[in-house]
Amino acid sequence: MGAYFSEIFLGLKSLVIGLIITFKEFFKPVVTVPYPFKTIKMSERYRGHIELIEDEEGNPKCISCGACQRACPSGSISLASKSVEYEAMVKGEMKTKKKKVLTKYNLNFTTCSLCGQCVENCNFGAITFSKDYNLASSRKEDFHFDLLKRLQERNS
Amino acid sequence: MSLTILNAVIAVVAAIAFAAVNAAYLVWAERRGAGRIQRRPGPNVNGPLGLLQPPCDGIKLMAKQIMIPGGADKALFMVAPALAMAPAIMSFVTIPFSDTIVAHSMNVGVLMIFAFASLGAMSILLAGWGSRNKYAVMASVRAVSQNISYEIPMLITVITIVMMTGTMDLKELVAGQAGGMWNWNAVPSLASPLMPVSFLIFFICSLAETNRAPFDLGEAESELVAGFHTEYGSMGFGLFFMGEYANIVIGASLITILFLGGWGCPLGLFPGVWWFLLKIYILIFSFIWIRWTFPRTTIYGLLNLSWKILIPISLFNLLLTAGLLKVF
Repeated sequence: MGAYFSEIFLGLKSLVIGLIITFKEFFKPVVTVPYPFKTIKMSERYRGHIELIEDEEGNPKCISCGACQRACPSGSISLASKSVEYEAMVKGEMKTKKKKVLTKYNLNFTTCSLCGQCVENCNFGAITFSKDYNLASSRKEDFHFDLLKRLQERNS
Repeated sequence: MSLTILNAVIAVVAAIAFAAVNAAYLVWAERRGAGRIQRRPGPNVNGPLGLLQPPCDGIKLMAKQIMIPGGADKALFMVAPALAMAPAIMSFVTIPFSDTIVAHSMNVGVLMIFAFASLGAMSILLAGWGSRNKYAVMASVRAVSQNISYEIPMLITVITIVMMTGTMDLKELVAGQAGGMWNWNAVPSLASPLMPVSFLIFFICSLAETNRAPFDLGEAESELVAGFHTEYGSMGFGLFFMGEYANIVIGASLITILFLGGWGCPLGLFPGVWWFLLKIYILIFSFIWIRWTFPRTTIYGLLNLSWKILIPISLFNLLLTAGLLKVF
């Protein structure tokens, strides 16, 4: 008989404790983000698709060596460059030198597996991960990114 | 004669309107309340504070086609949702909101409300049986066994109250508790010292009668798809839903009338319909609060609670009250 009543009282007590907890939660602020209207900033180490990094003059740091293209296991990166002649002082005399300038840097995000091998293999720190995550589309073409154009748009 | 017919029509329209508006906006309150308890905003897109959500849901439900599954008993399938809503509206006719606001005062109002409340179990049984779905049948068997076992302690508690007050008229029941919260039936009196326990039993039973969590065995989503209304779409489902919320309002009104002094003020000041509405909405909030706090019980735990705890205690209270009424 004692066990019967103690069970009832313990049960009731636990129910009241539960009610108190939810009552306290009721008045606390909401923790969710109303997603389409507001987005949260991604953390520092978020790994989105890759992005070119610019130098001080706003040009891409990339020297078109093609290490990222070779490192990519899925063949998602394609880049092109052209040779440009320029004047530079070498040991006190002006000389005409050649360098490669990036003309195209395309990422095919449909095959990219976000492994990050391209960023690992870049010796010049010219590419990094972007923080983009609102990447949904019904068209395949939307995932062929022209990263050079993105860089120019970012600068302008 | 024509005036009484007009009165009746106005009463019925008012009862339907009150039930429908409450049902629609209690869904909103339920979803907002559930959201707050779970630290999220709930529906907040349609209109200010999401207040246009119920009309949107209603239009969506009404625009859908009623699908009758093959092999179902068409007549029972169509009758069941109406049977869920109609008794709830009927019960509103006799509930006194204040001294003057009552559609039809009856001297057996308590009896009538419980008679109609029992029809709710019938609609669940017909829905489960008529839709020819094994989940629906299982759910309706559960819901009916639950409703039967919770009706017993509920009615025993009501008998205790009726014995004390000597009336079945809801208005007289409230009039007997006028004057302040120390006169309420929920407060222990000399003749019935266990009244708070009775109040608790009645509260638990009315939760179980409305088939809501933690007693929602009749529509246990995780086990039985959607329970007895698995096969219902469109307004068939809508009527079950509205019936459930109308039953909540009736349950809260009954608790208020039987135990909490109806339209009387806790301190005996300014009795009126506002106190009644305040009390029922506090009770409805507690229903919502309980629903989003506790997980669902098992069917065994549910029946054990009724047969092993609620019925013996309410019977003991009945006998104690009967004995003490003889003494004093």
